[in-house]
Formats: sequence, structure tokens, C-alpha cells
Amino acid sequence: MPEKTLVSDITDDVIVPGVKKKDPIVVAHAVSRRFGGLTAVDVAHLEIPRGSITALIGPNGAGKTTFFNLLTGFDKPNTGNWTFKGKSLAGVPAFKVSRMGMVRTFQLTKALSGMTVLENMRLGATKQGGENIFVSLFKPLWKAKEDEITERAMQLLAKFKLDTKKDDYASSLSGGQKKLLEMARALMSSPELVMLDEPMAGVNPALTQSLLGHIVNLKDEGMTVLFVEHDMHMVNTIADWVVVMAEGKVVAEGPPSTVMSDPAVIDAYLGAHHASDLGTIEGQLEVAEEMESDLIRSEVEQDAEAAGIAVPNHEPSPSTDAAPTPVDGEEKK
Amino acid sequence: MNGNFIWLTIGQIFDPTVAAYALATIGLVIHFGFTGLLNFGQAGFMAVGGYAFAITSVVYDWPLWGSFLAAIVAATVFALILGIPTLRLRADYLSIVTIAAAEIIRLSVKTPEFSEVTGGSEGINGAARAFNDVNPLPDGRWGLMGTPLVYNQDQWWVRIVGWGLVALACLLVFLLMRSPWGRVIMGIREDEDAVRSLGKNVFSYKIQALILGGVLGGLAGVVFILPRSLQPDNYGTQLTFFLYTIMLLGGAATVFGPVVGSILFWVTLSLTDGLLSLGIEAGVLPLTTTQTGPIRFIIVGVALMLLVIFRPQGIFGKKKDLHFA
Repeated sequence: MPEKTLVSDITDDVIVPGVKKKDPIVVAHAVSRRFGGLTAVDVAHLEIPRGSITALIGPNGAGKTTFFNLLTGFDKPNTGNWTFKGKSLAGVPAFKVSRMGMVRTFQLTKALSGMTVLENMRLGATKQGGENIFVSLFKPLWKAKEDEITERAMQLLAKFKLDTKKDDYASSLSGGQKKLLEMARALMSSPELVMLDEPMAGVNPALTQSLLGHIVNLKDEGMTVLFVEHDMHMVNTIADWVVVMAEGKVVAEGPPSTVMSDPAVIDAYLGAHHASDLGTIEGQLEVAEEMESDLIRSEVEQDAEAAGIAVPNHEPSPSTDAAPTPVDGEEKK
Repeated sequence: MNGNFIWLTIGQIFDPTVAAYALATIGLVIHFGFTGLLNFGQAGFMAVGGYAFAITSVVYDWPLWGSFLAAIVAATVFALILGIPTLRLRADYLSIVTIAAAEIIRLSVKTPEFSEVTGGSEGINGAARAFNDVNPLPDGRWGLMGTPLVYNQDQWWVRIVGWGLVALACLLVFLLMRSPWGRVIMGIREDEDAVRSLGKNVFSYKIQALILGGVLGGLAGVVFILPRSLQPDNYGTQLTFFLYTIMLLGGAATVFGPVVGSILFWVTLSLTDGLLSLGIEAGVLPLTTTQTGPIRFIIVGVALMLLVIFRPQGIFGKKKDLHFA
């Protein structure tokens, strides 16, 4: 369990949505974005605490990614203003936002597949004079900086265990490795705020642990992390602060332990059985116990018996011998 | 009929027209192959460069350097006009705008209202005068090592300058594409949002690439008119598609692909022309001589199809690099 930032270090006020932070790095105020009649984002006030890991959670369509796009200049809001390190970002194009030290990754990984892993990394570096068309013609003018960049790239690649793949095309990497590469590439510019859009999506469990470690390391190195994630285990493990969005609004925020037990959050997003593992028969049994449907319960119990798992004693339900109808949605979700 | 066509075919390797096509294709390779800009109006850039050169030198009697500069400036302005409104939009908008703009140029210069300057549908003659005035070669005709390939001093001069420009353009592309600038450009080709998220001004890079490739197109237009008169109908959309054919032949993201592609394209046309004429004369082919023209292009088309199917990366391209996908 990584060491978490204490709540008292983040805020002193009463924790309500939009609470003031002691040391915010990003402050968004009255930010809204409409697509036709749909209001995708309508955030009254939100502050992201500096030097900690903040998770942005919420059901699908809650506006998390749109909010990300707005903050990073990839989309323009209809109203509102927001600041990064005290500087207003309204109307600032995405590339300038990135240069200011606020670097993002994407939900669908954007590894530049026709380029090698090392070239991907080098592209993430800033202040390479050779990116000017006139300077670029004369190699001696940018060679020294290039060596410096390559060295830093190799250090980061080694950290993310991609150094052996440096000459491979990014297209040959696995989905999880592409996520790692994208994160490593974002770090090339030494950002102050790293924004990760679903860093765990599509990453196999073996890589999950190391990815978690990398994110916690970012915080240890003094960076602020804001990430969107659906994986509650990840949110619980590493986040210092959780912001919950639903229908474009911030409905709750606070430390993970408090937020996860907030009934409003549970209803809106987590579901009553968010702690049960539905991948196992035990987990399914647990849910079936509380459900009113005898049909589902008997079905799960049959599965459990077949697997040799003790079933808590119940009165035999009358529908047992009726042919069970599959209720896929209920069971698997 | 004799074997003369073989010498004609070999002559294509030094031909200034082939150099002009190669130069224009190098510009296209910067646009499409390296930056991913779908420019369907390279013929327009050639027309703009050619007209700027011909008008300034013939109508206004500018010195040679002034006319070259005019061609470069005109191509740059054309690139800015096309790029500024479209490069912030999705990639396909540029292709629509460029194909239309190239046609607008071609049809505008033909209108009688402009014909005092542009020569209307007649075009402009004698644009090479100032160019030939600075020819340092002594008058006379020389052949190449005793072959029937004999050219006069002006024909040699345009060949030397034309291919010299091609060599310079190749060097330029080589230097740029190994540099960090080239890396950003290729990153934009792969995914411009990713490059934007890394703090690069994507719009500015796309404009730079469009101008650079466009200027090469403009210079190609100049080289193209030096050995002949300027004809507006030479700059139709089919010219652009010949350039695309050449680019795909050689490999879309390569330095020497356009040169080899251009030579191959013209050698194939010349060779098939000679062979077809030979066949017709000998009575082997049931064709008339007027049919050989279109048939040559059918053969080029079939060759292009075979290329797309069996070697989509072109002759020089790496399989991993850009291809038709």
C-alpha cells in the first residue's frame, strides 16, 4: 500500500463538491460544454490538489474525458475559466498547455506506430532546437541536445522496461506496452501535472501492478497526477483524492474511503455490490443472496454445487426443477 | 522502323521533363509521404511556379534571379492561401481544396480577361530566354560517349540545372528527415493529436511542410517550361495523378523514390511507345498508331495496380513505413 497524502494536507474545509484546496494546481470554475442539446460537462467549481494523485471517476458518459479535453485545450468550453499554476488557460491551444507542464495521455493509446519506440520518446522532449526547420539542416547545431534527449529517453525506457524494444516499431508493441510507452513519452518533457485517461484500460493484470507503481512514483518525484479510471481497485489503492462526476457535474469528492461509502456515489455509479467479485461463484452467490429473484439464486446455487462450493442453507425454492432461463446480463455484470 | 526508340528511352534518364516530374514528386513526398497531407493539387503548384516565372521574365522582363524568386514566392503564397483555412480541419478538406484550387488556377489563366498577361489558352512562349542567356556552356552540339544522344548547349544547360535542382532537393529532404524537424513531421503523419499533446505546434509544422513541398512543385513548374512553351492545359488534374503514380512507384516516404519513380515512369512510357510502334509496323499488333498513346497509359495503370498489390511500399519504401493502408 503506497503512502497516501493525508486529507488534512489537502484541505481543511468541510468536504463538499467543489471544496477549496490548500494548494491547488488546477482550478476550474463554471466550465461547461454543450454538444447540441446535451450538456456534457457542467462543472461549477473544482480544484485539483498539487503533489497528490487525484482520480476522476464516474459512469460512462459522465463527461470525464470531455472535461479532460477542455482542461488540456483539445476542446473549447462554452463557458467558464480555468487556471493552471495560477495562469488562465482559457483559449490557450493544446500544444501551449503541454509546454506549460500539463501533459496528457489518451484513452485510446496514441503510440506513433510508424516510428520506433526510441523516436516516440525523443518526440516527447522539449526545447530541441533542431525542431526548427532552419536549424534542423545543420546537425552540429542539434546533435548535443539530441544525445542528451536520447540519454533521458533510455533512462525512462529502462524504468518502464521498454529499453530492449527501443528499435522496434511502436506498432509491434502490445496494448499494455503502448500504454507504458505513451506514459513514458509524456514524462520526457518533465511535466508538473500528468493527466492519464484510463491508464489501465486494456492492460493485462501482470502489467497492472507495475503501472500502478509507476504512477505512485510520479507522485514521489513531485508530480501531480490526475487520472480517469473505472478500475475501483486501482482508485482505492493509489488515489489520495477522488472526484466523482455524473451527467457532467461533480457529484462528490473526497478521500477514497469516504467517497466509496457515500450512498449517492454508490447509487450513481458503483452499484450496491461494487465490493463483490462477480468473477467468482462466491461473489455471485453473495449478490444472489440479496436479490429477490429465486430464479437467479437457484441458478447460481446449482453452479456452486457443481463446483463443490458450500451453499448457505436455504429453503428449497419452488422453481428449482423448472428449466432455468439464462439471465446473462444480471449475472455477469 | 529501327532501334532509335531505345536511344530515346535512354535519353529519358537525363530529360529535363523527367527532372521536373521528379522535383514535383519530391514536393509531394514531403506533403503526403512524410507529413500525411493529402495534396491533390500539386499540378496547381507547378502552374503557379511556371506562370510566375514565365510572366515575370517574358512580360515584365525581370532578371533571371527575380523570376526564380517570383516562382518561389508565388508557390509560398499559394500554399498559405490553401493551408491557412484548411490545415486546422480534418485531412480530407485539404485534398478537396487543393484539387479545386489547381483547377481554378488552370481555368483562370485561360480566361480572355487575363490573356494579356497569361497568354490565355495559348500560354507563354520563350520563358527560357533569360535562362539561356546565362548559359556558360560554349555553343555547339555534344553527344554522350559517341551515342546518338546529342544535345546543343541550351539542352545541356537545362539538363544540368534541372537535375542539379533535383539533387539539391534530395539532399534537402535527406537532411530534414533525419533531423528532429522530420521527426515531428512524421509524428504528425501518424497522429497529430499525440504530437499536439507533446507540445508541438502542429499547425505551424503542417504549413511549413506545405510551403516546402509547394515551392519544390513551383520550381518543378519552372524546370518543366524551360525546354518548351507554357501551356495551361499541361496542368490538369491528370498531371497530379501522374505525380502520385511516380511517388507510389518509388515509395511514398523515401528520398530517392521520386527520382527513380520518375525515370521509371517515363522510361516505361517511352519504351512501350517504341515497342508498340514496332509491333504495329511489323503487322504483329492489330492496332493503329493513334491507339498507342492511350495503350501506354493503360500499361502504366496495370503496372501501378500490380505494384499496389504486390509491393505496396514502392520500390524503395520499407514495408513498415507508409504504404497504401
